[in-house]
Amino acid sequence: MATTTEEEIDIELSPPGEEKGVLTGGIQSLFYTVDHKKLGLMYIGSGLIFFVIAGLMATAIRIQLAIPKNDFLEPDVFNRFFTMHGTAMVFYVGMPIIFGFANYLIPLMIGARDMAFPRLNAFGFWMFFFSACLFYFSYLGAEGLYGAGSAPDVGWFAYSPLTAKAFSRGHSTDYWTLSILLGGIGSLATALNILVTVFCFRCKGMTLGRMPLFVWLWIVVAFLTLIALPPLSACQIMLTLDRYLGANFFNTQAGGSAVLWQHFFWIFGHPEVYILILPGFAIASEVIPVFSRKPIFGYPIMVAASVMIAFISLGVWAHHMFTVGMTSLGNTFFAISTMIIAVPTGIKIFNWLGTMYGGKIRLDLPMMFCIAFLFQFLIAGLTGVMLSVAPFNWQLSDSYFVVAHFHYVLIGGLLFTLFAGIYYWYPKAIGRMLNHKLGLWHFWLFIFGFTLTFAPQHVSGILGMPRRIFTYDPGRGWEIWNFISTVGVPFQIAGVACLVANMIWSYFKGKKAGDDPWDAWTLEWATTSPPAEYNFEKLPVVRSRRPLWDLKHPEDPDWKHE
Amino acid sequence: MACMLIGLTTAIAQSDSTVHEVANMFEPKSTPAEMIHEISLLVLLICGVIFVIVTTLLVYTVLRFRRRGSGDDHEEPPQVYGSTQIELAWTVLPILITVVLILVTARTIGEIQDAEMPADALNIRVVGHQWWWEVHYPDYDFVTANEIHIPLSSATERRVTHVALESADVIHSFWVPQLNGKTDLVPNRTNHLWLEPTSTGTYLGNCAEYCGTQHANMQLRVIVHPPDEFAEWVRTQQAAPTVDPAVARGYDTFVSNSCVNCHTVNGTVADGVFGPDLTKLMTRQTIGAGVAPNDTANLRSWVRDPQVLKPGALMPDMKLLDSEVDDIVAYLQTLK
Amino acid sequence: MSELSDVGMINQSVPPEEEAEWKLPSFRKVGVILLILTETALFTIFVVAYLFYIKKSLNGPYPQDVLELPILATVALLSSSITVVIAERAFMKNARGTFHLWWGLTMVLGLFFLGFTAHEWYTLIYRDGLTIATNVFGSTFYALVGLHASHVIIGLILLGLVFVLSLLGHVKPDQAERIEMISWYWHFVDVVWIVVFIVVYIISRSA
Repeated sequence: MATTTEEEIDIELSPPGEEKGVLTGGIQSLFYTVDHKKLGLMYIGSGLIFFVIAGLMATAIRIQLAIPKNDFLEPDVFNRFFTMHGTAMVFYVGMPIIFGFANYLIPLMIGARDMAFPRLNAFGFWMFFFSACLFYFSYLGAEGLYGAGSAPDVGWFAYSPLTAKAFSRGHSTDYWTLSILLGGIGSLATALNILVTVFCFRCKGMTLGRMPLFVWLWIVVAFLTLIALPPLSACQIMLTLDRYLGANFFNTQAGGSAVLWQHFFWIFGHPEVYILILPGFAIASEVIPVFSRKPIFGYPIMVAASVMIAFISLGVWAHHMFTVGMTSLGNTFFAISTMIIAVPTGIKIFNWLGTMYGGKIRLDLPMMFCIAFLFQFLIAGLTGVMLSVAPFNWQLSDSYFVVAHFHYVLIGGLLFTLFAGIYYWYPKAIGRMLNHKLGLWHFWLFIFGFTLTFAPQHVSGILGMPRRIFTYDPGRGWEIWNFISTVGVPFQIAGVACLVANMIWSYFKGKKAGDDPWDAWTLEWATTSPPAEYNFEKLPVVRSRRPLWDLKHPEDPDWKHE
Repeated sequence: MACMLIGLTTAIAQSDSTVHEVANMFEPKSTPAEMIHEISLLVLLICGVIFVIVTTLLVYTVLRFRRRGSGDDHEEPPQVYGSTQIELAWTVLPILITVVLILVTARTIGEIQDAEMPADALNIRVVGHQWWWEVHYPDYDFVTANEIHIPLSSATERRVTHVALESADVIHSFWVPQLNGKTDLVPNRTNHLWLEPTSTGTYLGNCAEYCGTQHANMQLRVIVHPPDEFAEWVRTQQAAPTVDPAVARGYDTFVSNSCVNCHTVNGTVADGVFGPDLTKLMTRQTIGAGVAPNDTANLRSWVRDPQVLKPGALMPDMKLLDSEVDDIVAYLQTLK
Repeated sequence: MSELSDVGMINQSVPPEEEAEWKLPSFRKVGVILLILTETALFTIFVVAYLFYIKKSLNGPYPQDVLELPILATVALLSSSITVVIAERAFMKNARGTFHLWWGLTMVLGLFFLGFTAHEWYTLIYRDGLTIATNVFGSTFYALVGLHASHVIIGLILLGLVFVLSLLGHVKPDQAERIEMISWYWHFVDVVWIVVFIVVYIISRSA
């Protein structure tokens, strides 16, 4: 039989059936662990902490903008807040949380015992964590000349020459640059690790075509990370050389180009958007089939669409630069490439719908978040199409419309799927279910607050409100939209508070989950909850995309159809 | 806004003093903005239709195929793995829509960006500074700041304004939504846009690229006049300045302080270029690039310490005595 | 569903005809290939920056005035790619003496290359007055060549470690793949130099 051919691995088995928490080995074990599951949870946990901090900054920003001519925040403090908010949400919230999910789930899903390079994995986490600490330390450490400095205030894409010594005195920008550079090294290490794990450590029978879509999407994300992050690191190195050694990469006084920074930054920046949203797709592609009780509709085309998105996303960066004065040919090229990306994205949305169609949809919390995601991501995608029309973009870009657009992508798209992922896999990671009632509160409060905050921003943008202004005059038609926008904030805070309370309460008091609470089909549900350190007692052998389906339905296994 | 108008110590005669306060891009008042408006309506229509269709499908699917009760838990629905025809259909349809979008976009980009400027177009050059706009009228040889006056274009008399955009420090962006989309002002580079206003009045805009502390108060006004009124405004700007003997003390204080290092007043020793040209200061509606109406109280406050009205502004507190502030303000108020 | 943790159950559900050989690529090779991929992306940006700034310096010195063709250094570095392969082959055949000889020669050639770079920089700085702050040529030149040189240094450290460990007898024959990986990395550094050579010493000098 298949099991006998498995490589025998000598492992100390923990006593079976014993309830073991995630914190086995105590807090101190977190510092020296190389276990992909612990590191994954540490990524998610620290990401959530930074999420709260960056969210509070956003709250302060919203309070300042609630009414015209408000003086809740000084201009410099406001500018620091939106810089810290944006940078943190991308690099210290989005990236670690998605990496956390990948770290935790990929080895389980492909039937491996750990990542390919467990110590490199720990290194990646600690680089991220250290860089995040360095980033926040700027509040204390960056006091420069004449009190200039403190936290970075150049915006999350830090257009040169605003970052030059002449315009950004003190060390605040250096903190921004260095922490992103360091965090980038960690992300590269993790991305490389993920790819090697997927290519070299799949269990027997797990061909590339049988991997869960989650893993496929992560191949795409990790490749994108490997290709798109180095440009970011490169331009951070150049900026550091400019600031410390007087180099002239972005020094417009010496023939340097301000536009070059934008090109380099967005060559990273646009793929980064896909690095962030594809893991959201990955979660949706796992949750939607299980809760519709059907296999994913059109697996091959889903994979093809993801790969296509990745390829195209490397050639669209200058759609962030339609206003910078490119030639009409350049503008047309990037408008076209950007519009083309709507095709594979549309395919994905339709395939998810196709998966739900004809199923028996269980409206549990993970599925509810995914349905909200589909709706909100549809809006985000359509505003994206509007923004890709270069002439329309000349009006919309750098306005609150763009702010609304990317918050619909990153909250409505990514964060909602992350919430879905938390509700879906918390039982696996912790061994207990999250409370359903509290979850419902979370869902409805958050979706209400989110819509209230970000939907009106489309309007204020159309009425000419530029982004990143710390104040505005009354009478320009922006008051009501900004006020509504701020009113949404407490609802979002209450929603997140429900989630946090739920996670803590359920850790101690939640209903026992069992191995497979959702009646799911991928390998992570074939081990204990939480899984033992070695993941599987015996490495599994699979023959289809849904090994647990085959197990539960021996009369009609998937491999007869694939 | 009313109080601002009352507060104006000097208002230029305007036949139409409408202030278009809400800079709604869907109420375009200039040819390029109208062209953008046209394409944006088409895009909105297409996106709206897609939105309605997909949302309907989503809602229908969720309602129709939701699990009813928990009785039939163990009976799974039919397992469908995909369908080439259906997938092909929803690949081809978006491609067709995309092709349409690509065609209209490419056309509009060309029409706006590569539009031929008529030979008699008014040329102005706008230089972005942290946090104000320097406005040159090379055709008429004078300089002003923050408020751009341009002529109205009509069916009988087409008047196009061609704007060259530059920056003295960091990147800014010129955006008056009702007149045109935005274009950045990038150091080491000259960008272009054009305006062809179809109705008079004052249009509000902002710097749309984050440029530092006072990005929010880098506001922009474009005042559109009928051609004859515009010609008169040009004559006012070109008129040689004189020093009223009544404010000689203020003049002396002005030129003996470091004001002159940064500001220009034509016909005096003041020829600095770091701050706004003050030659016709009193013809402007606001000070500090729109931070406050240009009235005596605000002007006093500004001269005493600009950091009160506009914290972070690059003009420092000059530590002037009260009497000096009064004198200088009295002098400045003669600059019209 | 009930407990599924006995994975044996899944395995039993898989029919025995699935017993075909299950082979996955070596994780070291995949890792190094991906490392090279991401490094390539990094170098690409610096090369693009260099090309973009050709003829954009506002003041001298310009590349055609101060740069000389580094023929000897290039020959040294490129031939080190050959010596490292010979060393690797010797290692496979377990000819440890030959391995040490050619591996050492590779290091000498690498060191010679670094020495050339040091000398070139010294001349540029003290004779021609070109520093990283002089003009955009200086900035892009030192950044690109410096980035490459730093990779040579990393390569030399790896080579040196293996050399010392092998002399001390700590390198075992079953570690051949690791030796091979170091040589892959060294080839990559060489290939990058070919690009740098073409861009910096040929294109920008003749532009």
